[in-house]
Amino acid sequence: MNRNFGALKVTRDVNLSLERGARRALIGPNGAGKTTLVNLITGVLPPSSGKVLLNGEDITALSQAQRARRGIARTFQINQLFRGLTVLENLSLAIGERDGHCNNLWRATGGSRVVIDEALDHLASLRLVDDALKLVRELPYGRQRLVEIAIALAQKPRVLLLDEPAAGVPSSESHLILDVVDSLDQDIAVLIIEHDMDVVFRFARRITVLVAGAIFTEGTPQEIMANEQVRAVYLGQEGHRVTGGARHG
Amino acid sequence: MAASDIMNAPTASESARERAAQYIVSRHRFRPTEALPWLFAIAAYFIFPDRMTFANQVAIMIMFALSLDLILGYAGIVTLGHAAFFGIGAYTVALMLARFGWTEPISGLFAAAIVTGFFGFILGWFTLRYRGLTLIMLTLATAIMLQETGNLRSDISGGYDGLPGLTFKPLFGVFNYDLYGHVYYLYTMAVLVVVFFLVRRIVYSPFGQALTGIRENVRRMHAVGSPVHRRLVTVYTISAAIAGVAGALFTQTNAYVTLTVFDFDNSAKVMVMLILGGTGRLYGAFIGAIIYLVLEDGLSKFSPTFWQFGIGLLLVLAVLFAPRGVLGLFENAAAYLSKRFKS
Repeated sequence: MNRNFGALKVTRDVNLSLERGARRALIGPNGAGKTTLVNLITGVLPPSSGKVLLNGEDITALSQAQRARRGIARTFQINQLFRGLTVLENLSLAIGERDGHCNNLWRATGGSRVVIDEALDHLASLRLVDDALKLVRELPYGRQRLVEIAIALAQKPRVLLLDEPAAGVPSSESHLILDVVDSLDQDIAVLIIEHDMDVVFRFARRITVLVAGAIFTEGTPQEIMANEQVRAVYLGQEGHRVTGGARHG
Repeated sequence: MAASDIMNAPTASESARERAAQYIVSRHRFRPTEALPWLFAIAAYFIFPDRMTFANQVAIMIMFALSLDLILGYAGIVTLGHAAFFGIGAYTVALMLARFGWTEPISGLFAAAIVTGFFGFILGWFTLRYRGLTLIMLTLATAIMLQETGNLRSDISGGYDGLPGLTFKPLFGVFNYDLYGHVYYLYTMAVLVVVFFLVRRIVYSPFGQALTGIRENVRRMHAVGSPVHRRLVTVYTISAAIAGVAGALFTQTNAYVTLTVFDFDNSAKVMVMLILGGTGRLYGAFIGAIIYLVLEDGLSKFSPTFWQFGIGLLLVLAVLFAPRGVLGLFENAAAYLSKRFKS
């Protein structure tokens, strides 16, 4: 798959496949095109050339929303939430769109207890029930981050793309996010973009290293750690940052 | 942590859960305060029996503002051409009468709703791919183009001289229109009740929720799989139809229409009313339209040349001190009072 912005080739011949239940980490220096790749997979951007397949079916021509309804969910690097709505509404909206309730102009939202209960279940798993009636914009950033993940989970995805899920979250709360990520359903294929190598090595079964828009190498965490070139281009600088205590991504 | 805390913990979160669920479940139920505008409307009928023509204009503008609230306040569509739909509705019934002799008013309203809804659908389909400034320019241009089309074919539309002397059949063939506009007022209010019930229903539906989602964050809506364009076109069509009904009532109760209904002034005025009252709150349309029109009426009698200064001053004050409209002020006051009483 390729993506060019004018003469700038941001994604170059990337071939990435996630099997069912995959736990894949995508790492690479800043500007390597990690988020661009997520945008290509989710349909925010059309590829300049190449294809996106889901279960063998070509979904390249489908819109972002159509892909989402087929089970591709994502979180954003910077929160994209319904800030003026309550936490509960953020969730019930995602569920409503998933199940097609939002085509209904006549029945009251509150009429469907099933949706509300499911939304509250998702909130409970992230310990957000006490914040259910607060507006998202009233929450501290770390808790907003949890809502971001809760929405993606409420979509009941088959493929989940997490773009730096713990970025900007204080370490007192980041463990909650990582626990959730760890306990995700084994049927879901998960791709995580993360700078924190502790998280990457704890979570991922395979790691893809992206450098300057192209896949540099791919392998198990052990292989990646042992790879001298990766250490040189990436782990070196990042390792320094992690030991330096800077985890704000 | 003491043992009792552990035992209390699940029940505490259970109650938080129940409270949250109850809030959503009961949110769409009618609150007692919602009766106020309707009681006021009934009271106005008895207190100002000789001002019913004016009250009728207010009710029409409330309906027009309500249609704008649906797209601006809930879906976040900013338009400066909403008068296009008011005008199409107004001319639908006018032309039906003037060119085809159709004088029955209620079927006229339905016709206006269908014709305007159709226009709303077509225009929305093409323009709602855009947002922000581009959309403002497109909606503005649409209204101007419609006005100019009417001007071009003044043989049909009557041009800026308009179509005067449009006499409609009595309501249900029975109720004749009186000089003081009592029947007009009751007619418009009855339609307003129906329209309001529809809009309120939509706003509290899952579809209405999706609209607020689009307003709050369209990127996220795409990501959760919402067919955003379809949702926007749907609500735009409904809003257009309601604006069309308001326009049709305008023609029917004034017995004339001119191309000024398409004026930019009309589009801007309805937006000012809504912002003044408060967007995304349904009742903002009521408060905004009443304040604006009562003030316009009073000020233009007080100073026929400079009355707009008063409106301008009010707008500046509203933007400075009540950015969420008069209803926003009320909400702030209510929140402040409940805080005071709690502590």
